[in-house]
Amino acid sequence: MGRITLDKVRKAFGEVEVIPPLDLTIEDGEFVVFVGPSGCGKSTLLRLIAGLEDVSGGQIRIDGQDATGVPPARRGLAMVFQSYALYPHMSVRKNIAFPLRMAGLDAAEQTRRVEGAAEVLNLTDYLDRRPGQLSGGQRQRVAIGRAIVREPSAFLFDEPLSNLDAALRVGMRLEISELHERLKTTMIYVTHDQVEAMTMADKIVVLRAGNIEQVGSPLDLYHTPRNVFVAGFIGSPKMNLLTGPEADKRGAVTVGIRPEHIAVSADAGTWTGRVGVSEHLGSDTFFHVHLEGRSEPLTVRAGGEVSLHHGDTIHLTPDEDRMHRFDAEGLRIA
Amino acid sequence: MATQHSRSAARIMMAPAVFLLLVWMLVPLCMTLWFSLLDYRPMRGTFDCCEGFANYVRFATSSAFQDAILTTLIMVGGILLITVIGGIFLALLLDQPIWGQGVVRILVIAPFFVMPTVAALVWKNMFMNPVNGLLAHLWEFFGAAPVSWLTEAPLFSIIVIVAWMWLPFATLILLTAIQSLDSEQLEAAEMDGAGPLSRFGYIILPHMARAITVVILIQTIFLLSIFAEIFVTTGGGFGTRTLTYLVYQRVIESQNVGLGSAGGILAVILANFIAIFLMRIVGKNLDK
Ligand SMILES: Nc1ncnc2c1ncn2[C@@H]1O[C@H](COP(=O)(O)OP(=O)(O)OP(=O)(O)O)[C@@H](O)[C@H]1O
Ligand SMILES: [Mg+2]
Repeated sequence: MGRITLDKVRKAFGEVEVIPPLDLTIEDGEFVVFVGPSGCGKSTLLRLIAGLEDVSGGQIRIDGQDATGVPPARRGLAMVFQSYALYPHMSVRKNIAFPLRMAGLDAAEQTRRVEGAAEVLNLTDYLDRRPGQLSGGQRQRVAIGRAIVREPSAFLFDEPLSNLDAALRVGMRLEISELHERLKTTMIYVTHDQVEAMTMADKIVVLRAGNIEQVGSPLDLYHTPRNVFVAGFIGSPKMNLLTGPEADKRGAVTVGIRPEHIAVSADAGTWTGRVGVSEHLGSDTFFHVHLEGRSEPLTVRAGGEVSLHHGDTIHLTPDEDRMHRFDAEGLRIA
Repeated sequence: MATQHSRSAARIMMAPAVFLLLVWMLVPLCMTLWFSLLDYRPMRGTFDCCEGFANYVRFATSSAFQDAILTTLIMVGGILLITVIGGIFLALLLDQPIWGQGVVRILVIAPFFVMPTVAALVWKNMFMNPVNGLLAHLWEFFGAAPVSWLTEAPLFSIIVIVAWMWLPFATLILLTAIQSLDSEQLEAAEMDGAGPLSRFGYIILPHMARAITVVILIQTIFLLSIFAEIFVTTGGGFGTRTLTYLVYQRVIESQNVGLGSAGGILAVILANFIAIFLMRIVGKNLDK
């Protein structure tokens, strides 16, 4: 079981309020991802749940029990740190067994669980090495191993993949997702990587300056962002946001259109512009199109084999049904 | 090519300095070796050549020699024990966020700047003096009879004085070691259910192992040649005669240069023996 409820949780460092009172419920077995710009309080929130920071106000409940003042070790949560935080002088085996040893489990049970975890994580051949003799991905797996042997009620991950190279990151992302499928344990995952958030989450929590901007499934957030911030934050490349006459025309203060919802044509369209920088990704090509009277270029997606060159004039037609409209407060107009 | 060339140029440039250092070290060593083979007692005017190893045999078989070695080992060991344990303790305390951290740290380091002679005199006259010493007053305050430290517990007193001087050194090195520990490791251990004692035993202490061996090595080398503190406090009496002090007595007090030189050479051999032994331990620790 791992149902975590935050009730008006608040955190201030001295005078600075990093997290204003915040409510959030994480259901048992859910994979929740916290995203938000750097410094918005994702790590702080995670550390509050873990018990590594004391709350300044409010209550944290785990499975209905008040856990606000409970020390980290007795909350039944396991955490995987960005720097892995392995114990460098212990072998992989001892690292993974450490929480069991602290819990006073007998040696046979320790061995059984460590070997079980090692098998799941493909670490069997490395059990007698030191962390210093492992690659980044292997170290990450040891850190995860150390978390799973405890059989916690929830896992907390703080940007666990940010030290890995791109290829490894994709691999580990899948492994963590698979682990979640198998264990069905609650996982809370902090990242600022769009793709990780979209692909792994059951539920994404978008934070800005300690405030929850929106909570929802990845597709919810993609299709119906609640405000301009979420609209601009979720999706890669970012949604195009337009103000001024284009927005007025559609009865809003800001309108947003995703790069993939704009049709490109050589001869006719709603807007006309000049092609600027283009980014070829193989499967897709993203063009930065400069419109008359707009300083920011519009990002437009086209197929992989479209041949447009710098300086070409093109015509764009947004898909009006997929246009997002926001009012003066930045809130979505239904 | 370039580095090869500059390397040989560098060698030539360094040669005078190396030569000077060699002479500086080798001449006294050779003279000591030479004297140790003589019957050289300036006050009596004896300067007889080629005693052979008679001086060595006499020095090594005297009961004073064995006592001196024992005293040296107890003294060095005691000081190491106090400074390492005390240093770990102080380093842990200084690592805590406290008010006026900067000032406290400078205060802790202060004893290291006090010259050995001065430190010993201060301790002897201001703390350990049985009539006027601070400790005597303290004892009297609690209604106990003042202790005459330097006569009743002379070895212990010297150990305390020297440990007081070297504690800052150990604290400083161990503090930097503690500060280099990744705080996420401690947090991970905390989440893994390790209490403060387990965190110290399993995480902090192994992390400091290297620094501790370095402290032990450096201190041992310096502590083997303690002299001023003994000279100023007990003058080598009451069982505080270390090997260094014994050599001094043989040469200056008994005016037997030959015998003293032989003792000096034995001390050099002993020091090297200990140094090699320690280097191997440290080397093993540093490899990890
Ligand atoms: N111990 C602390 N004392 C004072 N301020 C802190 C402390 N820890 C964090 N903060 C502040 O709290 C805010 C949130 O920090 P936090 O580490 O949670 O950000 P984050 O969302 O994890 O950012 P990133 O994506 O860069 O990791 C930051 O403005 C930071 O400066
Ligand atoms: Mg962070």
